[in-house]
Amino acid sequence: MMWFQISLLALIAISALGVVQTRSVTSQVLALSFYGLLLAVMFFVFQAPDVALSQITVGAVALPLMVMLAQANMKHRGRRRDEKKKT
Amino acid sequence: MNSKWRTIVFFIAAAGFSCLYFLGVKNLPPWGHYRGPYGDLISAVGVYERHATDAVNAIDYDYRGFDTLGEEFILFTSVLGVMLLLREMKRPPKTSPPDKGLSDAVKASAGAGFAALVIFGIYMTTHGQLTPGGGFQGGVIVASASMLVYIAENFPVYKQITSHPLVEILESLGAGFYVIIGLVPLVLATPFLTNWMPLGKTGNVFSSGTIAAISASVGLEVAAGFLLLGYTYLEEIISDTGEESRE
Repeated sequence: MMWFQISLLALIAISALGVVQTRSVTSQVLALSFYGLLLAVMFFVFQAPDVALSQITVGAVALPLMVMLAQANMKHRGRRRDEKKKT
Repeated sequence: MNSKWRTIVFFIAAAGFSCLYFLGVKNLPPWGHYRGPYGDLISAVGVYERHATDAVNAIDYDYRGFDTLGEEFILFTSVLGVMLLLREMKRPPKTSPPDKGLSDAVKASAGAGFAALVIFGIYMTTHGQLTPGGGFQGGVIVASASMLVYIAENFPVYKQITSHPLVEILESLGAGFYVIIGLVPLVLATPFLTNWMPLGKTGNVFSSGTIAAISASVGLEVAAGFLLLGYTYLEEIISDTGEESRE
């Protein structure tokens, strides 16, 4: 049992490094979502199911969604600015 | 500062932080050996006092209900702030983006997923006092179901479903009910947020008095709040004229 928890914590550390090392924003959001899901599993394993549910909804769904929407917004604005420069 | 110096500075900082981290973690009790009095007290007393089998929700919506009221209004004001910043400026009637023409299979499975998510969210909201979950988690699940509508259909359909004024009213109602439920005990000459509703039978959906009621109102507030957030962001992205009016 203890080995499972240790390997889970190690996996979380590795995936946190993966989030930081990812350069493309879209891939980074997906990595962040995966990292949030792993954190939820960790909370569940350490016997905090309520916190795990909050972590799934906020860390794995709401936060990546907001970042994705913000990124789509910025891309859209950038494209429109380019079009304006051309005309 | 070149990259060599940056690495050196990083390692100095990392060494310092790991020392602090080690000092902070060193004296923590081992896993499963809880030392504080409150957790044991509430898990021993909670079911008898409040008829709620999920101690976390009993704490959230009753024992420290005043803190949760503040937290709920943090969400309320942040949704308000987003809507204020991204509010609709004067803009000419916009052309709706073309229908993406997704296949019927995608639309049908998105519909099924939508129904399942909404039901699961409502279940989570109404069973918070019995099992892990509660109003906050349930509300986010219900709101995330609306994203499936946007994926399967186009934006006008999404806009129709999250029809603006009604969602705003629901959000305010959700936030207001919490305060009203908390204010009723003042009329009965008891402290704010006293559990005044009938406690019911332990294990039933309609049990635990105000815990279930507050959980439902928080669920309403959170679901409507996240619907508004998603709607406001998408509106900002999709409308083609938002930028011109601001520049």
